[in-house]
Amino acid sequence: MMLNASGCLDALVAPDVARQLDAFVTKTITPLPREGNAPPRIAETAHGMLNAIGLANPGRERFLHDHLPRLRGLGIPVWVSVGGFCAADYADTCAALDGVAAIELNLSCPNVDEAADGAAEIVAACREATAIPLYAKLSAAHPDVGAVALAVAEAGADGLSLINTLRGTALDPRTLEPVLARTTGGLSGPSLKPVALAAVHACYAATGLPIVGMGGVATGQDALELIACGARDVALGTILFSDPGAPARVRAELADALNRLGVASPDDVFARAHHVEKHPHTRRKVTA
Amino acid sequence: MSRRERRSVVGAEPVGPYTLLRLARGGLEPGAPGQFFMLEAPGRLLPRALSLCLAPPRELAFLVDPVGPGTEALCRLEPGQAIHVFGPLGNGYRLDVERPLLVGGGIGIAPLPYLAEALPGAPCILGFRTERHAEAAALLPGAEVVVDPALVTELVDPSRDVLACGPEPMLRAVAERCPSAQLAWEAPMACGYGACYGCAVEIDGELKRLCVEGPVLEARRTTVHVGTREIAA
Repeated sequence: MMLNASGCLDALVAPDVARQLDAFVTKTITPLPREGNAPPRIAETAHGMLNAIGLANPGRERFLHDHLPRLRGLGIPVWVSVGGFCAADYADTCAALDGVAAIELNLSCPNVDEAADGAAEIVAACREATAIPLYAKLSAAHPDVGAVALAVAEAGADGLSLINTLRGTALDPRTLEPVLARTTGGLSGPSLKPVALAAVHACYAATGLPIVGMGGVATGQDALELIACGARDVALGTILFSDPGAPARVRAELADALNRLGVASPDDVFARAHHVEKHPHTRRKVTA
Repeated sequence: MSRRERRSVVGAEPVGPYTLLRLARGGLEPGAPGQFFMLEAPGRLLPRALSLCLAPPRELAFLVDPVGPGTEALCRLEPGQAIHVFGPLGNGYRLDVERPLLVGGGIGIAPLPYLAEALPGAPCILGFRTERHAEAAALLPGAEVVVDPALVTELVDPSRDVLACGPEPMLRAVAERCPSAQLAWEAPMACGYGACYGCAVEIDGELKRLCVEGPVLEARRTTVHVGTREIAA
């Protein structure tokens, strides 16, 4: 299944792009409306880009009454990305949601100051609030993302979304001042792919949960490698900015890549990166 | 209707310090004056937003100022090479004006040649930093041209329907004199179609996406304030 990374597509403005996907993931919804950060908010870097949008969104009430009905009208499954600044923020939004395919809990935005409660605490509160499938979106910045994944799995997460952007800074070469008004932003694009592969590999090994893999996916080969690391589904982020036709293209390229490997389906390569024991004496135990 | 196609370079000719990049039009529509396209910048992650300068038969032409690695790569393109082009995007100038006056500053003259074709006979005033930059005025025959330290804004007749594009200080000066002027702004854009939220600026008192609301906006709606010259850090 192919999705967009949260915050990388507005399905209401670009429905033709959204319809290339198997499901649309919204921008993160917070209890109250947020304008987002001051401009400049984005900068291109070597092999990536930084964004510091800052969870701009219409807020829970307007989303539920205005945006969500229109999103449902597009005829594709909707995943709602939920954010907040304490466990109750997340749980209240989860409790208010109905008729969506899944909820992605954004536990990892690098562009807001407010500290969230612990990931497992938030997931547990949301689990009590809803029966809708819950995906926990984690940051690869944590030194042991596999341990975080295990904690949210035990708290009731049905799946994982990996990875979010990583915090970075870019300077204007002429002035040596930060390009972004906020100084830091989240790094995305091709430079993230090895980090995403490692996080997906670690979290699949730790939990065996379904994973939406994302981070630097620009080609079918990138998607294939995430699947081989343990991603059931793949999401496109930054590539959507330069290529609104990317979902259809990546899907076709993935089919070609599978053909070249002589296999019929992504299931045939799923988690294959876990099966080869190159160094049996150092291999981490697969609990899945 | 916007489309994304891979288009061949037909020509890339210097115009003063700028380059007029001419691409084969293919199935792309030129759109309305003031609308823009996202052009793949070879070797860069993100495309660059450029307003259409001219729409000769079977071509689309863009005026490019080499101010960073992406625009420099676009200026180095040669006939026969091809890049992806996506557009037209955004909202252009309203053409239902009685007494139009076109005002451009520097690379901001880019959308005016195509606009002038849609408003035949409209007077045009252009301002440039140097005589060399002013060579680009050749794209607008008959235009009145001033060079720094003279300011184009001093020539603006506020009783006219002003349609302008230029650097932020120029647009703000035009806005002070002509609150109903139509101004084409720019802001860092990764996508051009509302996906990235990178180009949000204060419009009507709140942060909104320039690519969705604009880039052409009535003067009283925004003052932008972004200030960066290219998206590359």
